[in-house]
Amino acid sequence: MQGGVYDLIAFANKVGAESAMFLVGSDGELPKYEGTVYLADVAACGEYNPDVHKQLLLEIIAKVKPDMVIFCHSSYGWDLAPRVANALKAGQVSEVVDFVDGLPVVPVCNSKLRRKVAVTTATTVLTLQAGAFSLADDPTGTPTVEKISAGGTGRIEFAGYEYAEKGGVDLTKAAVIVSAGRGIGKPENIAIVAGLAKALKGEYGASRPVVDAEWAEHNRQVGTTGQTVSPKLYVACGISGAIQHLAGMKKSEFIVAINTDKDAPIGEVADVLVVADLKQFIPVLTEKIEAM
Amino acid sequence: MNILVCIKQVPDMESKFNVNGEGSWYDSADLAWRMNEYDEYAVEQAVQLKEQAGGDLTVLCIGPERVKETMKKALAMGCDRGVHVADDDSFKKDPFSIASIIAEHAKVKSYDVIFTGMQSQDRGSAQVGVLAAETLGIPSVTTIVGFVFEGGKITVKRELEGGVKAVVKLPVPALVTCQLGLNTPRYPTLPNIMKAKKKEMLTVPVAELLKTSAVQETKTIYFPEKKGGGLILEGDIGELADKLIKILKDKTAVLA
Repeated sequence: MQGGVYDLIAFANKVGAESAMFLVGSDGELPKYEGTVYLADVAACGEYNPDVHKQLLLEIIAKVKPDMVIFCHSSYGWDLAPRVANALKAGQVSEVVDFVDGLPVVPVCNSKLRRKVAVTTATTVLTLQAGAFSLADDPTGTPTVEKISAGGTGRIEFAGYEYAEKGGVDLTKAAVIVSAGRGIGKPENIAIVAGLAKALKGEYGASRPVVDAEWAEHNRQVGTTGQTVSPKLYVACGISGAIQHLAGMKKSEFIVAINTDKDAPIGEVADVLVVADLKQFIPVLTEKIEAM
Repeated sequence: MNILVCIKQVPDMESKFNVNGEGSWYDSADLAWRMNEYDEYAVEQAVQLKEQAGGDLTVLCIGPERVKETMKKALAMGCDRGVHVADDDSFKKDPFSIASIIAEHAKVKSYDVIFTGMQSQDRGSAQVGVLAAETLGIPSVTTIVGFVFEGGKITVKRELEGGVKAVVKLPVPALVTCQLGLNTPRYPTLPNIMKAKKKEMLTVPVAELLKTSAVQETKTIYFPEKKGGGLILEGDIGELADKLIKILKDKTAVLA
């Protein structure tokens, strides 16, 4: 089950709303939830088909008549939510991080700014940033299940999954991770970051842009679409701190950021932010650690 | 093959941002502007498709006069013509309005494939592409990291969480939204930059294409409170290294 289900319940609790849930899943694996779950069988429609899932959801919405329809801001939610919003002629607010004075708050410009938004339609559609809302206590309750089934096939044909290659380094087992971000500037500078990782007896990781540029292998990528890590020490080098990256490393025990931009969002989660050019600073740091 | 790619001009995200006078958006003064990063991948994929299948490739951008600079980059990368939807207030438009403008333009053009970025770097709604496709009544796939056109059909890889991708096939006409890493966007060469200057650039006033009303509005925009209050170290590099080593010794076990 996608972990985000409890984020959705937490949000409904926070706004004090009555709620019902739409779930594609199976009887054997239901969330702990006090309410009605409209359950579509995972065997019949588990593979995401936007046309089919939109239709399923619209039927339930017609029945339940909600003021608000909420999704996780995930590959599922950001794909399906606008389709539902468009069908309902409802305003959608994406990647909600807070709910203040009855209005959703979202990040702007890589979280450098926040925006409070008012939707002017009768129904509001929201997608919630992963981890922005969470339950204070362990979830409880047993849902009332109402089974629903899908008709039609949709215009998009699902042809299978591809999985990341296994093998190579396993960052989840490393006690120290030193990660390279876009700020390293060029592929040769991976060596600077790897050198510090070695001096700290750890592994080096990378942010998405570095992996996309093929300066590091995918199994070294930290973040939503890579590894989620929680080492004793995480050193973010030239990483601005996109939310997708933060989601993959913010549970690290101690976080050091090295960045020339004092306002970079990585500062939000860092215990220490060293404002310096990593190309000059890291070699000096590495040398001093090696000399210990 | 008739292809459309929709792009947005955004500020460099490393910029020092300020809030505008109304408190409704960031101040556009003193910012360096560039093509939305996701859209660079969209332009590259559109150009590759055109090179493969032949046809005509239009780049569309909504915004004030300055967005033409960003459009010129797309033309230099290989787009054939530009449609500039002139709108000094584009920053106020919600995703639904922007998508309506695109759909209004596209509905009479019979595009086979429409490319957009997966989201913009400033507003980040990740809605515009899907809303435009739904309005046009064509299938769409979001967050693609692989694109192949073969036998009149599109096969894409859609990025899911944790390194998993879904392989999806869809007929044309269709719209896809592009994720980072989809391809390697080319750098415009000098000859192509020169050629781009002679390409058609049509300007359309936004009023001609906007037939809908907004469904949401920004109440306020503001800087988030600094949480956590981590320690900020600045100064001489050698001293910084000594300070950091002392902190790591005190607070972690990794240098013990």
